Amino acid sequence: MLESFEPIGPLEDKWKKHLFDLALIAPQNRKKHKVIVIGTGLAGASLCATLGEAGYKVSSFCFQDSPRRAHSIAAQGGINANKNYKNDGDSTWRLFYDTIKGGDFRARESNVYRLAELSSNIIDQAVAQGVPFAREYSGYLANRSFGGTQVSRTFYARGQTGQQLLLGAYQAHSRQIEEGSVTHHSRSEMLELIMVEGRARGVVVRDLVSGEISAHVADCIVLCTGGYSNAFYLSTNAKGCNTSATWRAYKKGAFFANPSFTQIHPTCVPPTGENQSKLTLMSESLRNDGRIWAPKNVEDCEKNPIDIAEEDRDYFLERMYPAFANLVPRDVASRAVKHICDEGYGVGSKVHGQRLGVYLDFTDIINKLGLDAVAEKYGNLFEMYESITGEDPYKTPMKIYPAPHYTMGGLWVDYNLMTTVEGLFAGGEANFSDHGANRLGASALMQGLADGYFVLPQTVANYLARNSFDKVEEDHPEVEKSLDSVKARIEQLMHAPDPKHSPEYFHQKLGGILWEACGMSRESGTLERAIKEIETLEAKFWNNIKVTGDDKDLNQTLERAGRVADFIELGKLMCQDALMREESCGAHARVEHLAEGGEAKRDDDNFSFVAAWQYNEEQPELHKEQLHFEFIKPTVRNYK
Amino acid sequence: MNFTLHIWRQKKSDATGDFVTYNIDHIDEDTSFLEMLDQLNEQLIDKGEDCIVFDYDCREGICGACSLVINGYPHGEKKATTTCQLYMRDYKTQSELWIEPWRANTFPVIKDLTVDRSSFDSIIQSGGYVSVQTGSAPDANSLLVDKVSADEAFNSATCIGCGACVAVCPNASASLFVAAKVTHLSLMPQGKIEEQDRAQRMTDQMETEGFGSCSNHRHCESVCPKGISVSNITKMNKILI
Ligand SMILES: Cc1cc2nc3c(=O)[nH]c(=O)nc-3n(C[C@H](O)[C@H](O)[C@H](O)COP(=O)(O)OP(=O)(O)OC[C@H]3O[C@@H](n4cnc5c(N)ncnc54)[C@H](O)[C@@H]3O)c2cc1C
Ligand code: FES
Repeated sequence: MLESFEPIGPLEDKWKKHLFDLALIAPQNRKKHKVIVIGTGLAGASLCATLGEAGYKVSSFCFQDSPRRAHSIAAQGGINANKNYKNDGDSTWRLFYDTIKGGDFRARESNVYRLAELSSNIIDQAVAQGVPFAREYSGYLANRSFGGTQVSRTFYARGQTGQQLLLGAYQAHSRQIEEGSVTHHSRSEMLELIMVEGRARGVVVRDLVSGEISAHVADCIVLCTGGYSNAFYLSTNAKGCNTSATWRAYKKGAFFANPSFTQIHPTCVPPTGENQSKLTLMSESLRNDGRIWAPKNVEDCEKNPIDIAEEDRDYFLERMYPAFANLVPRDVASRAVKHICDEGYGVGSKVHGQRLGVYLDFTDIINKLGLDAVAEKYGNLFEMYESITGEDPYKTPMKIYPAPHYTMGGLWVDYNLMTTVEGLFAGGEANFSDHGANRLGASALMQGLADGYFVLPQTVANYLARNSFDKVEEDHPEVEKSLDSVKARIEQLMHAPDPKHSPEYFHQKLGGILWEACGMSRESGTLERAIKEIETLEAKFWNNIKVTGDDKDLNQTLERAGRVADFIELGKLMCQDALMREESCGAHARVEHLAEGGEAKRDDDNFSFVAAWQYNEEQPELHKEQLHFEFIKPTVRNYK
Repeated sequence: MNFTLHIWRQKKSDATGDFVTYNIDHIDEDTSFLEMLDQLNEQLIDKGEDCIVFDYDCREGICGACSLVINGYPHGEKKATTTCQLYMRDYKTQSELWIEPWRANTFPVIKDLTVDRSSFDSIIQSGGYVSVQTGSAPDANSLLVDKVSADEAFNSATCIGCGACVAVCPNASASLFVAAKVTHLSLMPQGKIEEQDRAQRMTDQMETEGFGSCSNHRHCESVCPKGISVSNITKMNKILI
């Protein structure tokens, strides 16, 4: 039975009441407790800073050469908060409602309400750290609107909001390193979770420079290791993003929730060739002012867009969804773009025989506001686009196409953000908690920071206060067992029976399978086939993986091989989850369950649950957390 | 396109390194510089050789991980870009490229093209923050910041910590890196209060780490992928006096 430990009572009071019920630790006793935090992106860095300030002993780890380089740095568009500075009717309730509705009624009400409630404090905290948010001439903070909402609640720092928020958290984290409360290890990758007497008590880490394998123990462990979009190979995520930490936890008993809930972002630079290593996101904020269109006539698809007459352009989002128009949620926009391209109206160069792109046009807004005003808002995004494509978006409309971007799925957590493994918590994109079947723009930064600054510091303290911890010795059998299993796995990767193919080779194969079967639209037959294909790929991987160089050395090929091995296993679970969920909801579009306009058709009678998968050697076992909508009545999501 | 690449290979920090020459053919002009190296590495794996190690993560110019000196220029000849944002179309007129790691005593080579930049983290740890505790912040709009200062602060805050400024400086000074953070925080009222102490501690740490000091060569500004101006250094010097 999954117990979420949601507090009872009125929605507005749940978190306040819960805070009061949580046990505390007196300041002088805090340094006796050690917490390991894996991952120092927004969620991890903010958590380390806060736990360090409170006086706990913290050890943090990341695989990059500095915590400042976590994938959070790349977030562009902004962060939501319920400030209602614009007086346009925003409130905690509305942010809560928008997030639940945006997630297509597949998230837990109490968690989402808490997130909406905390959002305001995040902005306060970031401003106090000196984060240079955009401002009005009056000196007040500026806001903009983002997909899936009708209010202006997004705070931003030009097109580099993630960078500025992460640097704020990184600096706070650095301050604690200087204070001595946090010990940080860069270029270190967690490869195993150490379980002692049924509780998470440590991790096995590989030093990526020396290749040394070591064990680290603590009273509890928090994973803030980000999302797994890179399972698709091509995605908007940084190259190093991986599932290894969460997957190791899954194999040690933490349930994996809704693995198939992955978000495809509508506005990315289209792929141009087969050697491409990643796709670049063009911030969703561009949809505020840019208009999306495709040619009405197939003959026009090869033309220079400037030569296509106004009446020959199909502004299809405005046509299909007049109320929200270019600002419909991501899943709706992505599917519409794919639909247009599948029908043959795509533009740009052909990849595998199809034109994958539609226009995102700024002519109207440039005419209205002038070049300077547009440059002020989007300058760096336009430059980025030009440097990738060699085309100037001030003059020629951008071309865009959807790409994997964010994973709503992740480790199942209760209201305290603890996984099903006692003493193992998960924060940020690594958990499944708040976005249901689809995440709204500008809400991942909000969630990561709410988890790290405000939720986890309290719930982790409660766990430490309510439990006692015997010292785990370095030579404890469980520690040694975990060390041995990591070493054995590395041996296997280094010395496959018939080494033939690089990690990239397998990763691309997996990505191809997942993109076709478990991407923007899913169908039972394709999913069943994909599961078989992945099983074959997995066997082939362990037989043919080729890693050159030495394992006692900086070896990026070995790092990649380990991550791809985990992605392959996760990929299979993604397909199994998508196959099990015989409905469409949010980003999960089963073609058997789509309305005529392409919108998702939910089946609340049978699927109003979180799918939490438990690892088993044979077949994963499905557990269901039923979702109860006490405060909002699930309705058909309609953006028309 | 076909290229002859001379790439710095070095097994370990304390090993001596040297250029090794590789040839790579049929490179598409839309291929990024790092994707070209990926392709070379795939060929090395095929041949059973150890891959060339180089740092990267975001591959979109924001994380600051990538760090190659190409033909003598940190991040290549093209202005205001990172290595990962270079495309082979930028090298249409060349067929021979020299690829090296950042060169500075404070950034020791770890292996091949990868260097250790943890000295930058130490500088931030020494004072590159506002000393505010989580939970103690007042409402965000309770302290107004004029737009001009906020925008200017952003221009300094945009530093990605890549270290190109150090790699290009004849003194291997980290002045631009330090000054960018000092200026960013000083321009915000929230960071103003600690400015002097912060600037002092960060420049002291810079010295302790072994970085040189600034003697106005201004090469840093010209290689900075984010176009951070040396006027930041002037501002920092005023705070230090
Ligand atoms: C291009 C792009 C733009 C985006 N824009 C926005 C936006 O405008 N607004 C918004 O709200 N959201 C945005 N998002 C989403 C958002 O950026 C992420 O969801 C969020 O930053 C994730 O933060 P995190 O702290 O959970 O993880 P991350 O920032 O991914 O950090 C993960 C950390 O875990 C570490 N790690 C991972 N595995 C291991 C391991 N095995 N061992 C040790 N360490 C490990 C990494 O080193 C890193 O420190 C965007 C995402 C992308 C891809
Ligand atoms: S790889 Fe991130 S800046 Fe180049």
